Amino acid sequence: MTLTLVGLSHQGTPVAVRERAFVPLARAGELAASLAGEGEAVCLSTCNRTELYLVGDDAERRALDAFEGVSGMPGEELRAVVYRLTDEAAALHLFRVAAGLDSLVPGEGEILGQVRAAFEAGTTGPVLDRVFRQALHAGKKVRAETAIAESPASVSSAAGALAQQVFGRLDGCRVLLVGAGHVAELAARSLAARGAAIAYVANRSPQRAAELAGRFGGRGIDLARVREVLAEVDVVVSSTGSPGRVLAQPDVEAALSSRKGRPLFLIDLAVPRDLDPAIHDLDACYLYDMDDLESVVASSLAGRRREAARAEAIVAEEAERFREWQASREVVPAIASLRAWAEEVRAGELARVRGRLGLSESQEEAVESITAQIVNKLLHPPTVRLKEAAAGADGGGYAQAVRHLFDLDDAE
Amino acid sequence: MAEYLFGLAFLAYAGAAIAYAVDARRPGPAGRLATWGVRLGWVLQTALLVDQAARADAFPWATWAGSLNLFVWLVVSVFLVWGCRTRFRLLGLAVMPLAAALLVIARLGGGIGTGGRSGYSTTFLVVHVGLLSFAFAAFTLAAALSGLYLWQERRLKEHRPVGLLGRAPSLLTLETLTSRTIAVALPALTAGIVAGLVRLRNDGAPVDALMAVTLGTWAVYGSYLILRYEAGWHGRRAAYLALAGFALVVVARVGLQVGHFS
Repeated sequence: MTLTLVGLSHQGTPVAVRERAFVPLARAGELAASLAGEGEAVCLSTCNRTELYLVGDDAERRALDAFEGVSGMPGEELRAVVYRLTDEAAALHLFRVAAGLDSLVPGEGEILGQVRAAFEAGTTGPVLDRVFRQALHAGKKVRAETAIAESPASVSSAAGALAQQVFGRLDGCRVLLVGAGHVAELAARSLAARGAAIAYVANRSPQRAAELAGRFGGRGIDLARVREVLAEVDVVVSSTGSPGRVLAQPDVEAALSSRKGRPLFLIDLAVPRDLDPAIHDLDACYLYDMDDLESVVASSLAGRRREAARAEAIVAEEAERFREWQASREVVPAIASLRAWAEEVRAGELARVRGRLGLSESQEEAVESITAQIVNKLLHPPTVRLKEAAAGADGGGYAQAVRHLFDLDDAE
Repeated sequence: MAEYLFGLAFLAYAGAAIAYAVDARRPGPAGRLATWGVRLGWVLQTALLVDQAARADAFPWATWAGSLNLFVWLVVSVFLVWGCRTRFRLLGLAVMPLAAALLVIARLGGGIGTGGRSGYSTTFLVVHVGLLSFAFAAFTLAAALSGLYLWQERRLKEHRPVGLLGRAPSLLTLETLTSRTIAVALPALTAGIVAGLVRLRNDGAPVDALMAVTLGTWAVYGSYLILRYEAGWHGRRAAYLALAGFALVVVARVGLQVGHFS
């Protein structure tokens, strides 16, 4: 049974087309069930890709029809953007997707959960069950055995990861947001997701400060009170539109005396900068501005790309295992047919001569056993050879030859 | 038997050290291999110590080389408490080459035999050598933690933390572990010193240079705990003080000579 993949992704398809082909998870299950028919189908749809994995007859045409139905695009336009892969190539593609190697940011972690969700919503049988389980395994293995997913891939996640480098778990860490814009909110989300508490939001507009603080369970304060609360917080994220400095070195130095050596991590996301760069020179103070964070992200992405080469080797191994498994599926029916035929011959011949031999019960048992052993010994070498051939590229040819030589029916 | 156990333990420790070095460059399977190398080496060295104890008539680690063998085992034991976690693999890079090298020195000094005869009772040697070795082993780990702290802190100050993200404990974790390790080791050092001083008084002997260095070590680590918990010393200052204490531990360990216990 051929595994067929038809899909489109951020690699070569603009977002205007991708959004039309997007299938929400709830609908992906229904689509898979309707596409599967007698066979198998899984629909994997994320913001970066929509892919249909099918096993069954005429899979490519059915997948293209489904794409047409979902996107409302004419078939010719679709054919120009979709990719079509089969068997080992389709499996390798799925393993690369699950490992995050086909993602915009190499090694991003969300895709593995999306592959799992698509698999669980799909209509699977032996082939898709095998290939998706192996994909999930490959994804986990890549993340466990390489450092591809270890470092941050965006400015806001870099800020959170750096704070963790100072404080460890951020549970119990208190954050002061200076400015209540979109950038501050993104950083706050990253920090809150890691366990930090957004204690204060300071802004020129008290209403906006209270609004954002309320979203994170913190307190809105006036911008003038920033120095007062500095001693109480562990992380400061500043992103105001102020033309001057919001905090100078002496302000922070004054707060440090009551911190008893506990470190202070400051993130300056504003341009022009809000925080005096000299703050970084203070003991136990770590100040990162936009350039620093971007350079952290750039090196991090470079590191991810370096790790991607190792990850490719892992997914290639998995693809080879899948190919061997699929090839073995070609010869298994031939082996089963051969053995069934041999058993039929043995049993038939025994039945034919049994009356003439006049054997006792124990003698009959002995003859049964001996003939069964002879058949097994005769069939052992071809069985082993067929399985070995299945691991290579010509398993199908050998299986066909066995069927032809012994005049066997196709057994499934 | 002892030779085989020593050889295998050394190979496991040395292998772990190499695997930690490989893991530092390319994180992955080498890190797990290193962890198992440490565990295997520790089991083999434990078997070596049991074999020594079974063959000896008295305390077998009373010589400088014997106590070094025991010291290495204690260092690895303390490291095993939390050192096998993924985030502490960089610490393994500092500890395991040292453990492998010291084990060889202990072997060359005859530290895997049954030990010479000593004029001191086995009970005294167990208390004195055992407690001091444990304390020194813990201080060694505290120094490695402080070293890692200073290195990581410097990287953060230089805005070059990327290689470390997710691969090393946080600054606060390192600081907390250092102070806790010292807090556990100092009572052991105190008890070991008291046992030594009582023995000196009974023998009417003066305090020798080695005991003086050990008392200095006690003073430095005692100051560390007071300054850390009472005066709020944190960060680089505390780390440098822990390293200063370790410098005295090195002097004390190097100062242990054949005949100190005889």
